[in-house]
Amino acid sequence: MSGREPGHLGRDEVAHVAKLARLDLTDDELDRFTGQLAQVLDHAADVAGLDLADVPPTAHPLPVRNVLRPDRPVPSLDRDDALAAAPDVEDHRFRVPRILGEAP
Amino acid sequence: MSEWETVVGLEVHCELKTETKLFCGCRNAFGEEPNTNVCPVCLGLPGSLPVLNEQAVELAMRIGTALGCDIRPSSFHRKNYFYPDMPKDYQVSQYDEPINLGGALDLPDGTRIGIVRAHLEEDTGKTTHIGEGGRIHSADHSLVDYNRSGVPLVEIVSEPDMRSATQARAYAAELRAVLVATGASDGRMEEGSMRVDANVSVHHPGDPFGTRCEIKNLNSLRSLARAIDYEAARQVALIEGGDTVAQETRHWDEDAGQTRSMRSKEEAYDYRYFPEPDLVPVDPDEPWRQRVAGSLALLPAARRSRLVDLLGGHPTAAQSEQVLSAVDQGLDDLVVAAADTGAPAALALARAANEVAADVDAGRSLDPAAFAKLLTMEAAGLLSATQAKDVLADLLAAGGGDPEAVARDKGFEAMSDDSLADVVRQVVDANPDEWARFRDGDDGDRKKLSGFFTGKVMKATAGKANGKAVAAELDRLRG
Amino acid sequence: MNAIQIADDVRSGRRSARSVAEAALAAVAAGDGDVAAFLLVTGDAALAAADRVDEVVAAGGDPGPLAGVPVALKDNLCTKGVPTTCGSRILDGWRPPYDATVVDRLRAAGAVVVGKTNLDEFAMGSSTENSAFGPTRNPRDTSRVPGGSSGGSAAAVAAGFVHLALGSDTGGSIRQPAALCGVVGMKPTYGAVSRYGLVAFASSLDQIGPFATTVADAALLFEAIGGHDPCDSTSLDRPAEPVSGSLDAGVQGLRVGVCAELVDGVDADVAKRVRQAADALAAAGASVREVSVPELRYGLSAYYLIAPAEASSNLARYDGVRFGLRVPADDVAAMNTATRTAGFGPEVKRRIMLGTYALSAGYYDAYYGQAQRVRTLVIRAFDRAYADVDVLLGATAPSTAFPLGDRVDDPMAMYLSDVCTIPSNLAGHPAISVPFGTGDDGLPVGVQVLAPALAEATLFRVAAAMEAAAPPTTGAVAAAPGASGEEPVR
Repeated sequence: MSGREPGHLGRDEVAHVAKLARLDLTDDELDRFTGQLAQVLDHAADVAGLDLADVPPTAHPLPVRNVLRPDRPVPSLDRDDALAAAPDVEDHRFRVPRILGEAP
Repeated sequence: MSEWETVVGLEVHCELKTETKLFCGCRNAFGEEPNTNVCPVCLGLPGSLPVLNEQAVELAMRIGTALGCDIRPSSFHRKNYFYPDMPKDYQVSQYDEPINLGGALDLPDGTRIGIVRAHLEEDTGKTTHIGEGGRIHSADHSLVDYNRSGVPLVEIVSEPDMRSATQARAYAAELRAVLVATGASDGRMEEGSMRVDANVSVHHPGDPFGTRCEIKNLNSLRSLARAIDYEAARQVALIEGGDTVAQETRHWDEDAGQTRSMRSKEEAYDYRYFPEPDLVPVDPDEPWRQRVAGSLALLPAARRSRLVDLLGGHPTAAQSEQVLSAVDQGLDDLVVAAADTGAPAALALARAANEVAADVDAGRSLDPAAFAKLLTMEAAGLLSATQAKDVLADLLAAGGGDPEAVARDKGFEAMSDDSLADVVRQVVDANPDEWARFRDGDDGDRKKLSGFFTGKVMKATAGKANGKAVAAELDRLRG
Repeated sequence: MNAIQIADDVRSGRRSARSVAEAALAAVAAGDGDVAAFLLVTGDAALAAADRVDEVVAAGGDPGPLAGVPVALKDNLCTKGVPTTCGSRILDGWRPPYDATVVDRLRAAGAVVVGKTNLDEFAMGSSTENSAFGPTRNPRDTSRVPGGSSGGSAAAVAAGFVHLALGSDTGGSIRQPAALCGVVGMKPTYGAVSRYGLVAFASSLDQIGPFATTVADAALLFEAIGGHDPCDSTSLDRPAEPVSGSLDAGVQGLRVGVCAELVDGVDADVAKRVRQAADALAAAGASVREVSVPELRYGLSAYYLIAPAEASSNLARYDGVRFGLRVPADDVAAMNTATRTAGFGPEVKRRIMLGTYALSAGYYDAYYGQAQRVRTLVIRAFDRAYADVDVLLGATAPSTAFPLGDRVDDPMAMYLSDVCTIPSNLAGHPAISVPFGTGDDGLPVGVQVLAPALAEATLFRVAAAMEAAAPPTTGAVAAAPGASGEEPVR
């Protein structure tokens, strides 16, 4: 996961990121977003440039550990409630259009 | 042309035998009506949050202990990608801080296969593809059932230490036995509670490892072995033909007996792993670790050595097979218990592996005392082998009983020496040509014909004769 | 009249919960046309809930500390069977099959939920202009923003429609709108209030918190919703901090640090009010000094890497498969894309992309990884500061409410609104904004008190002392007089 220096954020990169995020941008949006994101990242350059090799990252603000739940069943949703908001249902399952590839 | 060596590493996903899912209280059950075991958490509804199942951690620790792993403080990460069977479009898994690190699995033949890690993660839902043949590539649409979504998994990654399909199969079989022994999983590949993916590459020994391909869709140990053999051959043919092996994921097609390329892109997908902010780290304390270590059931390897020790330490090839079979079928406890009450160990083992194995479930609940008594009767010559097997069948059906009483009811008594000698004489007289060959032939002839005569004697005595006694009598007659 | 008084009246039977609810609903009906604080008014359910409270009282029981008090909920809090949109087209019409834990607790305390309030889409914004359903207007001046992202809840309280409201605060989304609207808004210690049922924006930063017209009311609401929840692994294993009882303890001997980084760089008229508040605390017996916590300056950048990163992952589930909007397409990936493209507004898309980029292979260490280290720096800096002071003081927002439309095309300018509030989210510390006079333009100014983790009692104490000495907030309120015929909020 290491490697690249924070660098110039180009249009191609933004287009690639949009694809990863399943977002379709118009050319106009692509241009605008590229500019805006670059601005935010420029501002973040002050952070990127700090030497923090000896500073551990904080994933959680407060040091909590070992939050566990006993292995006892709790009533599930009624199937009708689970499916109620589904855009498309078939055979008590969530129906989606065809899946073109296997999971990555 | 120097020889090719196959290199195999296996990734095994095993579903944990918990009552409930990894992060919610929905039941962890197979084969139920679709979408009946779901809730906001395992459906990934907005606002839902995960809470870790204590028993899943316990079972992961048992697996780690059984595989000799280092059980460590661990944390969870999100693995981000879109797929309809993933309710949150990220999978909660473990990345750089897995619960179990390192370890090894010893195969029955003594080979040691290294384990890289064994970590916790959640399972996805199940998709059914509707359209031509139910295969994803020709489907018109798909249906998703989230009953399985959130079921706890432990993913066990081996080092690339295996060098053949046979070895890989042995690893998978032994791992399954270990998983079952720890109570962590029921290891059913056909039901999907144990899923095996194989990483296969080829190289010339001494050279660096070649490019590997990942093989998926292996639904049985047999498929695993077939797929590895096919893939290794495919790669060798490619390289020898001047091509290179592309790093990719391939799908095993059971019917065609081939692996097929699944993904067109060669580059690795960007999962954007980052620490799961909705969960806190897990650090099992010392008392918990001790409890797990102390409560671990006897593992298959230890069960096998236990039987070998009972035999006195130098098993014959046949006995080694019996040891594997008895442990594999869960009948070793019976053998040990019978031997403990005085029955001859080798006979106990043989009967368990051969006869009791015909009805394994009955065998596992057979009263060891009854079994032991029967074996002692046989060993003392009170019953012939055939008679003993008959009585055993009754005992199995009844779960126990008194072998003496059963034998009596069947009218089994050992034949007296005189009556046996008479029958042998009669059979010999009735088969003069064979007798001549037996008397004058070489070792090979004698062995074969001894069997011939014994068979005749058995038939004539309706199985009452003792095989060894017949052989002894034949030898005596031969002079 | 405030929430405490209402609850008192209802519990004692002097007033019916129904009459209180009716008045609130009438105020909304009369005035929300100009403010647009509410996305949904749940009138029938409110009256039914009020009736149940009255039944309990009639039977001699105690309906709870918030008996009959009308409450508004930010529309990113799940309400069972009641639409929860998060201000987004992608959830338009979605009815959660469950209630957020805080909603359960409100009902258990006897509160009456009156409706769901407007917000910046998925809580991303500082002006409530990013809502897919139109902006909310500041009741003080309806040509201006109420702040965000909890603009609707802040406005509902400021306009006098309700006495209490809940919002969520990830980078200042309770405190900043509270300041701009002239009401009290508070963010608890991370983990003090359950997030179960709060539609996640940035999981390690989000907290639910109270809006109220008085510090005492905010304290009561905080106590009602706080405390351990087994459904939230990040919720602290302790009950809510008791704070109401010590509100009047005063600030004698407490050490207050006026934090340079939260004052320098804000508008002069805002800074003036901060100093005025500091003086008031000194006059009340606190020991006030100037302090500097330089690392706080890195907070903005770290936040705008961490929050979008977590959001990009939290918002992946909006894919048209199980709930919400679906835009049809031939294959599922195309359907995901079409749905998200149509369903998300530009600010949400911007942040998803920023976050996806910050997490992507090759950039993780430089951006997200680095931001998490800066977070540690900020926490350590706060710890050092709190060795010498009990609370910090500063501005809540750098300016008073800005005009609608002023910053929509300049995301960076919008992000800078959060510079004073973000550090508390990064550290997981509690903070509160208390109305303290006006700016030169007559618009409300909020002064912020910050305290270490779990120091809510001290936080509220200082806030109460400030409130007691606060100059009035003048200026006409855009909406009709409040729920019980009371004076408009100061």
